[in-house]
Amino acid sequence: MNESKQDNWDIEIYPKSSLFDIDLTEIWKYRDLIYLFVHRDFVAEYKQTILGPAWHFIQPLFTTIIFTIIFGKIAQIPTDGLPPFLFYMSGIVIWTYFSNVLTATSNTFIGNAAIFGKVYFPRMVMPLANIFSKLIAFVIQFFFFLCFLGYFTWQGSKIQPNIWVLATPLMLFMMAALSLGLGIIISAMTTRYRDLRILVGFGVQLLMYVSPIIYPLSTLPEDWRFWASINPIAPIVELFRYAYLGAGSIDLTMLGCSFLNISVILIIGIVMFNKVERTFMDTV
Amino acid sequence: MSTVIKIENLSKYYRLGLIGGGTLNEDINRWIAKIRGKPDPLLKVGEKDYDNRKDDQIWALKDVNLHVQQGEILGIIGRNGAGKSTLLKILSRITAPTDGRIKIKGRVGSLLEVGTGFHPELTGRENIYLNGAILGMSRNEIAHKLDEIVEFSEMSKFIDTPVKRYSSGMTVRLAFAVAAHLEPEILIVDEVLAVGDAAFQKKCLGKMGDIAKEGRTVLFVSHNMPAIEKLCSRVIILNSGKVFADTIASDALSIYYSSIMSPPKCTLSKRTDRTGTADVKIISFQIKNKAGEALESIRTGQDVIFQFKFESKVKTIKSLDFGFTVRHKFDSILFRNRTVESGLDLISPFPKDGCLDCYIPNFPLTEGTYSFGFRLLVDGVESDYITGAYAAQFDVVEGDFYKTGKITSFAPVLVNHEWKIRPS
Repeated sequence: MNESKQDNWDIEIYPKSSLFDIDLTEIWKYRDLIYLFVHRDFVAEYKQTILGPAWHFIQPLFTTIIFTIIFGKIAQIPTDGLPPFLFYMSGIVIWTYFSNVLTATSNTFIGNAAIFGKVYFPRMVMPLANIFSKLIAFVIQFFFFLCFLGYFTWQGSKIQPNIWVLATPLMLFMMAALSLGLGIIISAMTTRYRDLRILVGFGVQLLMYVSPIIYPLSTLPEDWRFWASINPIAPIVELFRYAYLGAGSIDLTMLGCSFLNISVILIIGIVMFNKVERTFMDTV
Repeated sequence: MSTVIKIENLSKYYRLGLIGGGTLNEDINRWIAKIRGKPDPLLKVGEKDYDNRKDDQIWALKDVNLHVQQGEILGIIGRNGAGKSTLLKILSRITAPTDGRIKIKGRVGSLLEVGTGFHPELTGRENIYLNGAILGMSRNEIAHKLDEIVEFSEMSKFIDTPVKRYSSGMTVRLAFAVAAHLEPEILIVDEVLAVGDAAFQKKCLGKMGDIAKEGRTVLFVSHNMPAIEKLCSRVIILNSGKVFADTIASDALSIYYSSIMSPPKCTLSKRTDRTGTADVKIISFQIKNKAGEALESIRTGQDVIFQFKFESKVKTIKSLDFGFTVRHKFDSILFRNRTVESGLDLISPFPKDGCLDCYIPNFPLTEGTYSFGFRLLVDGVESDYITGAYAAQFDVVEGDFYKTGKITSFAPVLVNHEWKIRPS
């Protein structure tokens, strides 16, 4: 057989891949699979439940109510002059998206070891599917948030949504990228060290307290504010609140820093993911 | 015919034991101890410290070289642990090789385990879409093929029930149906068919044959030897991670069987894997022709004597029940000759050393290698029996059984018969 003619192989398998190697064309080829995983995540979750997708709305609603009572009425944390209910709801809506994607993504390798062990598809498909399936949940919650927004405006609250609303896609994108990056770093590490999984749930809680979800940045003493803003989530959340409610701080430099931080985290995540992806089935 | 799979120097090692399978805490402790030059603090008392655990490795595959041509059905056989599944996993990109490279031309569809990609909560129909997409089909392609897939799997009644309710047989029917209709250029099947019933297995093998006729390539791992012989043009044997043999199916199977079935090289008298009182013990075995000369192999149709030399500890015995069973390469029993069934005249007094001869005229087996086992009962009590029933093997070469000058080796057993035609 004249093999020198055949240099057009479809698949080549090598022991090591280069460090930073995302085959975007391959992921695009599998876009139908991403759609199906999103469908699977969304539909399968609600089979055999009574309330079904209503949970997407009920859960943040109850959390908001509890926060309003505990942090608003009992602890009396100031909320930048905004109605506490809206303040907490806005924070929760965007935070829930972040924490859902993060938690789901950190479990990518371990939770899907069964399917990864049986068939090949670009592993990155799973985290990407997470981003989109949780996005659907976000949209539902966001819709209800807007309803409440409308209700409060009608009741005469002085909230001022403004032009920054248009930055919502950018904010979502940054949250998605951050949760994706952190999630894949954690999932890459949990293939070897399972105890990190336990840390995730606990860590996400802590992260929420460190971010200005329950309190606005303005309540922090001046010198703390800078450190709090290093948290990439902080500028995004504050901007979100400013855009829809009209109060809060926007610091574009910190936003820019946040963008940079997120990019770095994402790149590190992709590198780690690549390193682990090819052989994790041997150690997971 | 072009090469569709080119495997060069493929090697894969696995590290044994719980390396880094512990917690972060444990690994940090180990690492700190290593830096300080102290022994591993987490070893159990008495365990040796394998620095870096170099000894705890296993080469699942070592320097495997293989070219597969388009349209071939390649069978891969070997003992458990030979490296077959590892090879398929690497070809399916589930894990990466340690060394070497593989080049593949075409789409690869694998069936490595029952229910690949099935989500228990979704129905069969939804899972077809999911499974198909995982294997690389687009939604249009799947929709097009949906009816064919449901029909092939014979699951039209159950297609809208969640997969968690399926039995394993149902799951594999569905999984195979999807994989087979995927139209991959290369289909890899790993021992999954064992779960299906005989009718379904036949259907799958038929489908695999059709796939190959369409010019696509199939890699088939199985322990079902008759299926391999029927379906595969070429078979490779893997043994401890290396390619042991690479030849046509019938030859490969003979090699495989003789390697696992060959009795130990020591003489019968030294064999210790036997049970019984040893009142009478078989110490050797020989095949002789009618004139009493020892034979290396039997010719079909030859008059032979199976001679069993024995040693006895008893002087008088009332009955001697000796039987030997001859088996074909696939382990099926061909015939058994037993003294109590065909008759044996005992001699008295019973000799201390003697020969038990079995005269078989016109030996009826065709060309091949056969093995046999035996069992001896003295006065109804087991006196000698080699466990595992493989005492020895012998070869048969082709010969003229019917005395017509025509030689055949189609079936293992030849039966004396006569043909006649007459008007009714």
